[in-house]
Amino acid sequence: MNKRGTALLEVSDLKVQFAPRGSGLWSNSKGVVRAVDGVSLTLQRGETLGLVGESGCGKSTLGRAVLGLVGAASGSVWFDGHEITAMSNREVRRIRPRIQLVFQDAGAALNPRWRARDLVAEPFKIHLRLEGVVLQQRVDAMFETVGLDLALGKRFPRELSGGQRQRVGIARALALEPDLLVCDEPTSALDLSIQAQIINLLQDLQDQLRLSYLFIAHDLGVVRQISDRVAVMYLGKIVEMATRDRIFEEARHPYTQSLLSAVPVADPEHASTHGWKGMSGEVPSPSSPPRGCNFCTRCGSKGEVENRLNIDCDMTEPELISVGDLHEVSCHLFSAN
Amino acid sequence: MSTRHHSAEKAALLEVRGLHVEFLTPEGLVHAVNGVDFDVARGESLAIVGESGSGKTVAAMALVGLVPSPPARIRGERAVLNGLNLLALDDRKLSEVRGSRIGFVFQDPLSALNPVLTIGRQISEVIERHLNIKGGEAKKRAVDWLVRVGIADSQDVADSFPLQLSGGMRQRAMIAMALAGEPELLIADEPTTALDVTVQAQIVDLMLQLRDDLGMALVWISHDLGVVAGLADRVAVMYAGRIVESASAQDLYGRPVHPYTRGLISSVPDLRAERLSRLATIPGGTPDPMALPPGCAYFPRCGISEHECEARVPVTTSISSSHWIACTPAAKEIEVAERQGDE
Repeated sequence: MNKRGTALLEVSDLKVQFAPRGSGLWSNSKGVVRAVDGVSLTLQRGETLGLVGESGCGKSTLGRAVLGLVGAASGSVWFDGHEITAMSNREVRRIRPRIQLVFQDAGAALNPRWRARDLVAEPFKIHLRLEGVVLQQRVDAMFETVGLDLALGKRFPRELSGGQRQRVGIARALALEPDLLVCDEPTSALDLSIQAQIINLLQDLQDQLRLSYLFIAHDLGVVRQISDRVAVMYLGKIVEMATRDRIFEEARHPYTQSLLSAVPVADPEHASTHGWKGMSGEVPSPSSPPRGCNFCTRCGSKGEVENRLNIDCDMTEPELISVGDLHEVSCHLFSAN
Repeated sequence: MSTRHHSAEKAALLEVRGLHVEFLTPEGLVHAVNGVDFDVARGESLAIVGESGSGKTVAAMALVGLVPSPPARIRGERAVLNGLNLLALDDRKLSEVRGSRIGFVFQDPLSALNPVLTIGRQISEVIERHLNIKGGEAKKRAVDWLVRVGIADSQDVADSFPLQLSGGMRQRAMIAMALAGEPELLIADEPTTALDVTVQAQIVDLMLQLRDDLGMALVWISHDLGVVAGLADRVAVMYAGRIVESASAQDLYGRPVHPYTRGLISSVPDLRAERLSRLATIPGGTPDPMALPPGCAYFPRCGISEHECEARVPVTTSISSSHWIACTPAAKEIEVAERQGDE
């Protein structure tokens, strides 16, 4: 297989589509759901790319495609020089230990009949065929790595707190020394005081193990805390991608700006002086997205684009173009300049 | 002028004292709410904030008979809504209070709406039952309420079933249903938690505007300190079934005193912080409500605890007319500072 660039992960014009429910021989429904609709991105070793957007924007599906859990309709996913989208199932299985998933609901992902220690030992036993003292030492070390008290090893998942369960989930993900963790909302089911513990743990692990994270979340505060770069998705497409500081300080896309202003800030003074940049309505269905720009049904800048630039947002789709160092935006406001 | 600045002088619409809720389970007795006091004034927004298991939802629901008893045991000194002691009412009377004098909005509207009745029918039922308005007039009012909660195609939505609507629309319909009985008090339990942030912002704006238009009081139950900052006049922070700090929103966020409140506020990632620093954390986790510590429930996680905190439940101490805490060391520190100030 060909080697590509130096990036650990490279996604190129990826499309993932789902047939609508009730489709088949006797169905006349047409709307294929374009969950991921032409996404390109790269992720370097040791880097964290935050992937944000509202529910249904395709961020989790993109994560699943990177793991090879859903097939691509077109485009490609390259991992460390190997094209995952061109692999057989057997080849995917061979490379999968290097890409691991951390779930939102660690409890649901853990076998309820197994004790914490056995859950952490499982990947060592199955993939590395470890046993005896060597196995026990590796499990002990992993408990220490993720900050779990060894005494908790006897407990079943339901006897652990949400934060402890998430630590077990992270320990399992790390057991095979992966290069990339796809973290899908890893803190959104946790209480605030525990969320901070898990974010700090993920940052420490990244420093120690030089992990790369594809960090999927809807909480922009969390994403800012952990990301080097951020991609904002809307209806299956990336509408803006930039370094963390540029996204949070110099967002250009009207959707990113509106999303940022909608984030509640824990300060009443701020809340009374900063309104959010209103965005009416809700996300359209991904089975019938608007013809032109995906965001045109909710955009506050549409009038400006149409009057000043004479571009019809309803009909013409904007391209993702560079507006600065590592900063890309897909909006006619910038493509015309 | 917002009610935020003069809420303290207003007479209480709801006054709750010494509320306890326990659940008798096969595993043991769960102490969910352990002596809660709060007031809500007319037109005021009170937020009750806490993490999961803190008892915030149970406390509000127990007042109006929405916690089944048994297995729950509910007792308290009093819970008076405008002269009516809710704790002394039987189930039938409580069900009259619900909907007419106290409205509810839940996190998940799907579990609160009837899936086989249209939205319009469900709202007009509330109007018929509580306002004694029948037939066509009730139907017309139901559609009017949908307009008021910002639904543009209100007639279409009135004819829809809950599953045909988006999450944001369902929450708006739920709010219309809660308001249709024209309650004096609206209790909203995590009403925006299941929604995306842009829809959340719309719903918060809507609730505040309706509160001002209708002059009702609002009790907003949430784990989200960010959302609460934008809507509350006063905030009560709950931990392990007790309110540990209660203050105006400005004081609570600007001058938090209880170590738990301080810990919570500093563990929120701040979008405005210029330099990113490591997040502050609170060590450990919340205590098991079946085996609460004998003294202060926060003692095992507290950074300023003293010997006596372990054995003695802290008493509440006033810091100002509208700000109180339940923390022995913090209260002592403030007392010392005041004495030094006097000298």
